[in-house]
Amino acid sequence: MNVFDIIGPIMVGPSSSHTAGAVRIGKIARAVSGGQPAVVTIELYGSFAQTYKGHGTDKAIIAGLLGMAPDDERIKDSLELARELGMTFKFRKSQNKEVHPNTALISAVDQTGKKTIVQGSSVGGGRIVVNRINEINVKFNGEYYTLLIPHTDTPGVIAAVTNLLADQGINIAELNMYRSHRGGEAMMVIETDQAVKGEQISLIEAVKTVKKAVLIEPIY
Amino acid sequence: MISYDSIQELADKAKKKGKMISELVLEDQALQMERSREELMEEMRKSLQVMAEAATKGLTAVSKSASGLSGGDANKMRQSVNAGQTLSGKVLSETLAKALAIAEVNACMGRIVAAPTAGSCGIIPAVLLTLKEENDLSENQVVMSLFTAAGLGMVIAKKASISGAEGGCQAECGSAAAMAAAAAVELMGGTPQMCANACAIALKSVLGLVCDPVAGLVEVPCVKRNASGAANALIAAEMALAGIESTIPVDEVIGAMKAIGDAMPKSLKETAEGGLADTPTGKKIARDILR
Repeated sequence: MNVFDIIGPIMVGPSSSHTAGAVRIGKIARAVSGGQPAVVTIELYGSFAQTYKGHGTDKAIIAGLLGMAPDDERIKDSLELARELGMTFKFRKSQNKEVHPNTALISAVDQTGKKTIVQGSSVGGGRIVVNRINEINVKFNGEYYTLLIPHTDTPGVIAAVTNLLADQGINIAELNMYRSHRGGEAMMVIETDQAVKGEQISLIEAVKTVKKAVLIEPIY
Repeated sequence: MISYDSIQELADKAKKKGKMISELVLEDQALQMERSREELMEEMRKSLQVMAEAATKGLTAVSKSASGLSGGDANKMRQSVNAGQTLSGKVLSETLAKALAIAEVNACMGRIVAAPTAGSCGIIPAVLLTLKEENDLSENQVVMSLFTAAGLGMVIAKKASISGAEGGCQAECGSAAAMAAAAAVELMGGTPQMCANACAIALKSVLGLVCDPVAGLVEVPCVKRNASGAANALIAAEMALAGIESTIPVDEVIGAMKAIGDAMPKSLKETAEGGLADTPTGKKIARDILR
C-alpha cells in the first residue's frame, strides 16, 4: 500500500468496484480478443446484475472494450460511441451462486467470426480478478504484463517457453498452468516484470503444441 | 521506513524531528516507492487538480445522475452561499457546497479522485480547497497536506478499514473526515499532535455509522454524507487547533472503529438490505430503478 492507494485512483464515478473495476474487465476482454470486437454479449451476475444501470457498469464494460481507461470522461457516452463504431452489444442478467457477486462474463466475436470468452470479477477498490478465458478457468489480476498461452498439455512446453523468456532477460513474477484434463486443452498464464516484444511472441508461438500467445499490458 | 501501524507513532516521530507529518510521509514514500520527492509531489498535484476540476464542475451542474436520485443540490447550496444566506458562516457553507458538488460529479459519472474511496470523494477536497481559497494558501501547501491525509489514511486502512462493505460508512466518510481534519490542522499551522487529535475527534463522532445506500447506489445518503463528513472534519480541526485533546488516544479510536465494523451486521455494510435502504421509500426507489 502507498499514498496513491489512499488518495487515488483518479477515476470516473460512481463506484470503484462497479465502474472502475468494470472498465478493467472490459479492457482485458479487448486485449484477449485481439482488438475491438464486432459483437459482444455480456452476462452480469450478482450485484453487477442488480445495480448495473445506476452504477454505469454497462457503460464501463463497453468503455473498456473500446480501450478506455477508468479515468476517461467519455465512459458515460460509451454506449453511443460503440454504436457509432459499429459494435453491437447485449446485456443479460444471469444467476450463478458459484461466482463472486461482482462478475461479468463477456463473449466477444470479432470481424472474422472468432469468439472469445472472458470472465472477470471486481473484487473491491477497482481491483479485478480474471477467472475464465474461453473454456479454461484461470486466475490473474492484470497488474503485470500477462502472457496467455493456450496449448495442448504436453511435457516440455513450459520449459521451452520459459527458456525463451529467460533468453530475452524477461523476469517471471508468477507462472500458472491450467488444463481441462491430462493431455487436453491447457493455458499457461505468465506474469512478467518486463514487456514481451512482438518477435518474442512469434518465437513462443513457434513452440510445439502452443496455439497462440497473447500479451496483455498492465491495467493499473 | 515507516510501518504505518500507529498515528501516535507518526506524530511522535514528526515532533522529534521537528517536521510536519506530511514531510515525514513524503520522505518515507519516496524511499519505499523508489521515486523522487518531486515525482510524488507532481502525481499528488495532478490529483489535487482533478479534485478542483470536479468541484468547479459540480458547483454549476444541474444535470441528474442516471438514476435521477442526485444532481443539482450543490448548485442550490452555491446559490444560497452567493446570496449571503448562510446560517453557519462562509467557510462552512462553501465547504458543504464543494462536498456536495464533488459527490454529485461522482454520482453522474464524472472524473474524481477516490479519497479514500469514490463514495467519500468529496470530503477531503471540499475542506482543503475551501481553506486554500479563504486563507490564500499555496498549491504546494495543499499538495503537502494531502500526504498527511494519505499517511493517516494508510494507518486507518491497515488497522481498521476504509471500505463500506467491511466497516460501514464510518470506514468511508468517517476515515475521509478524519484524514481531512488532520490535513486541515497541518495547513493551518497546528502541531503533529493536534493533527492526531483532530483525526481522533472526527472519527469518534461517526463511530457506528452504517453504510445503507438506497438501491445499492452511491447516491442516497452518500452525497449528503459527504457534506456532513466535511463539516465533521472542520469541527474536529477547529477543536484540535484550540488545543482540545481526545481523551481516547487516536490509535485506540481506530481500534474501536475496527471492532464496531466487525460487529456491524452485514445488512448495514453496503448490501442495501438495511438502514435507509430498507425504509418504505428506500425500497420503493429500489423497485422503480431496478424494474
